[in-house]
Amino acid sequence: MTSDLFRFAAPQAFFPLAGKLIPWFSVLAGVLALAGLYVAFFVAPTDHQQGEAYRIIFIHVPAAWMSMFLYVVMACWAGLGLALNTRLSGMMASAIAPTGAMFTFVALWSGALWGRPTWGAYWVWDARLTSELVLLFLYLGFIALKGAIPDPARADRAGAILALVGVVNVPIIYFSVQWWNTLHQGASVSLTRAPSMAAAMLAGMLLMALAAWMYSMATAFCRVRSIILERERDAEWVRMTKEQMQAAA
Amino acid sequence: MTWGSLGDFLAMGGYGFYVWGSYGVTVLCIVLEILSLKTTRGRSKA
Repeated sequence: MTSDLFRFAAPQAFFPLAGKLIPWFSVLAGVLALAGLYVAFFVAPTDHQQGEAYRIIFIHVPAAWMSMFLYVVMACWAGLGLALNTRLSGMMASAIAPTGAMFTFVALWSGALWGRPTWGAYWVWDARLTSELVLLFLYLGFIALKGAIPDPARADRAGAILALVGVVNVPIIYFSVQWWNTLHQGASVSLTRAPSMAAAMLAGMLLMALAAWMYSMATAFCRVRSIILERERDAEWVRMTKEQMQAAA
Repeated sequence: MTWGSLGDFLAMGGYGFYVWGSYGVTVLCIVLEILSLKTTRGRSKA
């Protein structure tokens, strides 16, 4: 079992596996997003305080969760690559970064559009908002740093150090609402308490979060396949694979 | 059902700009990411 798992640490073995998984994750993402949007707009009731503006939650919270979760996953891959010198790890970290940056931007953007009607401002230098903005810069810095170093092995090591140092920001984002007096509200969903919202709102949010998760897997696997083909282009199996792909297209 | 008409749905109780601004930009980001993945994949095949 373990040897089977480790077999997929080789780019050559992972490439076809990722290719087989992408359609499944894509379909799941689509179905979950449609179900989530249906609940978000047609099942979840109007909020008695915020009216319809609260419906931004179904975008905002899943995006914010994914932005932090993907950063941790990216840092884990990067750290694994640094420790074990496995080729696939650095490629996975690179593959996750753009999707993570996208979700961070969406969380900030939807947060700004939610802040205006509820707080009266698109942006405030609040601990939660500022640390989430730092997260966006960490993603962009990671992408820029790796892009600036031509040697992939060196780029992976440098990127890994940046990713690992930056991981300290994730608990800061998460706990910022407890540690500081923030305008941003506290967690509505936690593992220890009953959620402070209607069941339909929670269901919609969880469906959207699962959709975002499936979407991230699909895009990361799709991107890692391009990275594998690019980096291993001198390998015999890549030449053969490319010929097969061209024949199929 | 919360919405009486399509106009109601689009108005989002007066918060249409904020709600649709959030959803719209999210969809745009997803579409752009998928398009960029498609072009990279096309390039690496050739």
